[in-house]
Amino acid sequence: MADVAVSPSVVLSLRGPSVTTEKPAVRVTLIVISVIFLGVFLLLPLAAVFVEAFRAGVGAYFAAITEPDALSAIKLTLLVAAIAVPSNVIFGLAASWAIAKFEFRGKSVLNSLIDLPFSVSPVISGLIYVLLFGAQGYFGPFLRSEGIQIIFALPGIVLATIFVTFPFVARELVPLMQEQGTQDEEAALSLGASGWKTFFKVTLPNIRWALLYGVVLCNARAMGEFGAVSVVSGHIRGKTNTMPLHVEILYNEYNFAAAFAVASLLALLALVTLVIKITLEWRYADQIVASRRH
Amino acid sequence: MAGARGLALKRPSAIPGFGLALGFTLTYLSLIVLIPLAGLVLKSATLGFSGFWDVVTGPRTLAALELSFFTSLAAATVNAVFGVIIAWVLIRYRFPGRRLLDAFVDLPFALPTAVAGIALTAIYAPNGWIGSLLDPFGIKVAYTRFGIAIALIFIGLPFVVRTVQPVLEEFDRELEEASATLGANRRQTVFRVMLPSLMPAILTGFALALARAVGEYGSVIFIAGNMPFYSEIAPLLIIIRLEEFGYAQAAAIGTAMLLISFGLLLFVHLVQAWQRRRFGNG
Amino acid sequence: MDARVTNEVNYPAAGLDRGIGAAPRDKIVDVSVENVVRLFGATAALHGVSLDITAGELVALLGPSGSGKTTLLRILAGLDVPTAGRVLFDGEDALKLTVQERNVGLVFQNYALFRHMTVLENIGFGLRVRPHERRPSRKEIKRRALELLDFVQLSGLEKRYPSQLSGGQRQRVAFARALAIEPRLLLLDEPFGALDAKVRRDLRRWLREIHDKTGHTTVFVTHDQEEALELADRVVVMSEGKIEQIGTPDQIYDDPNSPFVFSFIGESSVLPVNIEQGKIWLDGHALDLPADDVPSGEARLYFRPHDVVVSDELAGAIPGEILAFRRHGGTRRVDLEVSGRDRIEIELPADFSHGLSGWLGIRPRRYRLFPASEASAS
Repeated sequence: MADVAVSPSVVLSLRGPSVTTEKPAVRVTLIVISVIFLGVFLLLPLAAVFVEAFRAGVGAYFAAITEPDALSAIKLTLLVAAIAVPSNVIFGLAASWAIAKFEFRGKSVLNSLIDLPFSVSPVISGLIYVLLFGAQGYFGPFLRSEGIQIIFALPGIVLATIFVTFPFVARELVPLMQEQGTQDEEAALSLGASGWKTFFKVTLPNIRWALLYGVVLCNARAMGEFGAVSVVSGHIRGKTNTMPLHVEILYNEYNFAAAFAVASLLALLALVTLVIKITLEWRYADQIVASRRH
Repeated sequence: MAGARGLALKRPSAIPGFGLALGFTLTYLSLIVLIPLAGLVLKSATLGFSGFWDVVTGPRTLAALELSFFTSLAAATVNAVFGVIIAWVLIRYRFPGRRLLDAFVDLPFALPTAVAGIALTAIYAPNGWIGSLLDPFGIKVAYTRFGIAIALIFIGLPFVVRTVQPVLEEFDRELEEASATLGANRRQTVFRVMLPSLMPAILTGFALALARAVGEYGSVIFIAGNMPFYSEIAPLLIIIRLEEFGYAQAAAIGTAMLLISFGLLLFVHLVQAWQRRRFGNG
Repeated sequence: MDARVTNEVNYPAAGLDRGIGAAPRDKIVDVSVENVVRLFGATAALHGVSLDITAGELVALLGPSGSGKTTLLRILAGLDVPTAGRVLFDGEDALKLTVQERNVGLVFQNYALFRHMTVLENIGFGLRVRPHERRPSRKEIKRRALELLDFVQLSGLEKRYPSQLSGGQRQRVAFARALAIEPRLLLLDEPFGALDAKVRRDLRRWLREIHDKTGHTTVFVTHDQEEALELADRVVVMSEGKIEQIGTPDQIYDDPNSPFVFSFIGESSVLPVNIEQGKIWLDGHALDLPADDVPSGEARLYFRPHDVVVSDELAGAIPGEILAFRRHGGTRRVDLEVSGRDRIEIELPADFSHGLSGWLGIRPRRYRLFPASEASAS
């Protein structure tokens, strides 16, 4: 047997040949740069929220979040989400049903329209409703005469929130349902099921994880929306302030600890959202087609 | 509805509910999106073209638009560079905590903008964690344009990372091998073969981050300082005009911003179309 | 046919342009593979493989998937590192050279062309990335690239992008790109695997011409035996990480030395037989075919369907009951049942006439006997 010489290059390579990867020193440097960058830009702000929230002590923290204006802000936030999210779910289901199960002209226009809010500044999202329903808006006089308050009241906040968040559910459902095609529904119909039965027993189960995913994202954005709601809300303490707006008010009054206390609740919501999001992506990746698309 | 359905559908379908679904969708979109946006454009049109032009090019407005645009440009550029590095590290390397880091990249998507805004201000204020480190050197971040850019870097980062990641993941290793056999060292392979191929994805991510940053309000408004002509961002100016009951002016600025956003979106579409034509699909 | 068997370096015949593409005399290498082992965890992709390739040869590594042929090729290229063993280029240790230093031209099955570069830029890539001292001027690079483009008969396409080319054109660009660096060794990984049958055949012929013109030492991997037998000076048949046989195409086809090679190359029919007293016994009666030097005991008789003589005389022949007749291109195929359980197929001229049923006596003209222990379940 010839001498089994193991050449030096075998010893040098860390895990097989290194043709498709960088030298170890480069790799470590890039990893360190990435960790530092993410740490400074992402982790630090998150940590700051919690640190500043408890700066005045635990007692002050709980006082801040149970104070009446804070509580009504929390209630308003939840109420707005409770209206906006289901509404957008219905829209998402309707839109994806139309787009995925049928062939018609103008589909790409429809898709672009659905994506529209992502390209619109939040302030503009609120502005457009003020222009329509505000005191000097197109419908302003009419609303005043009927005694209906949209801007500076709940309906305006809900509208602005709906505008900003309706794409989230639709964007998750449309690609998935397009991928799934019409076979299951056609099979159910041929077996005698009615349209609604088919929808609830065949379609919905097929899309449930993508639906949950979309709902979670929609909800996070709905509860956290600031710019659009800020324009339509009127900032009336205890009445038309959502949590983000309440945070702003406290902050502008230099009540920093309290502002961060309320903000920490929103940050917790964000973390929970992230956890659910990641779990859904890991477990049901194949049923959430758009999960990498953002 | 059957008649409308016959008109709209390209192919007859046994599946019910088309009219209902499409009708509801279009109604919803009209009420929530199209009519309000039309209202915006109409309102700014009441100024007439020269009036519109005057508002948009007025010194304060121009300063605000320029500020929003150029800080966004700077932030998006930083995000493009570091976003590629981070995407590279997350896709190509294996190290402890990688999955956690990957999940964390989505934080700016999930965290409410106001929360991010006050947190960033706290950090970069002269007495903040980082601000206090820089203050002795005379470097001020909070309440300056620098601070605005920092906030915009925060919210734009995930766009680049998430757009580049899937493309990098699918990158054909054989191309790297071919490059090496032809004599290129690793640096040459990365910069001459891989990065050019990733460029469409990087540009897309850059444009998305830029579009988001131009309209950003919540993350920026606290750290900005909001001094007219210096650190006043365009969305804030819209709000100020609204409070002054200058609806048409606010609408005009809003329309201008929409045009910028749509221009960026168009750019993204063009890049993707060009890429498909040049490089073929897949 | 004879020209392919020679191991001399094939310098282009007089009259052919000896400029671009042709390998300089001092650059073509002998390749020596000594006992190369490649383990992936506990599995061995290569079990100690040895092989000598003379400068200028066109060698085929032939085998089914999993035979280790691609692993061996990648080790030659430097893209993979053996767990043990040596690889020598002209007597020098090649394993201590990096991929870049080996100066090996590699052509991939899926072309691996750089999509964002034009054809010309692709071809010139290897020259552009050379270190400063060895890099030609931009004009020179362009000139050489155009020459190579002409050499592979794709002139006029220099400004096109790979996505605008057909599969066959892309592969020729890949060749030109590999040739541009004046490689010492040309390695082809199933180069025609991604192409249509007709394009494949055309490019096979073209590859042989290119090789004859340039004279590079070339090793190509394929699972298509037709391709290997048609193109190569020598064929290396591999299976499960080992080399089964090395030889010229004629040797491999006419003189297979193992059951695997016999059944992998060309068509084969197999029958279980017994060797006793120097005779071949099939189902109790002796065949009047010599048993060669095969030891007594159970054995397998291998022969090719078209290598038979057929008659009605059953004595001393393999008796086969006709099951079916088939027309197969320009010949006839007959399915026969032997010993009531084994099926064999034979090939006869199309004008062979016989009743549709009955018995035929088969005598293989050429055959091999392998002890039953050697015959794998192939």
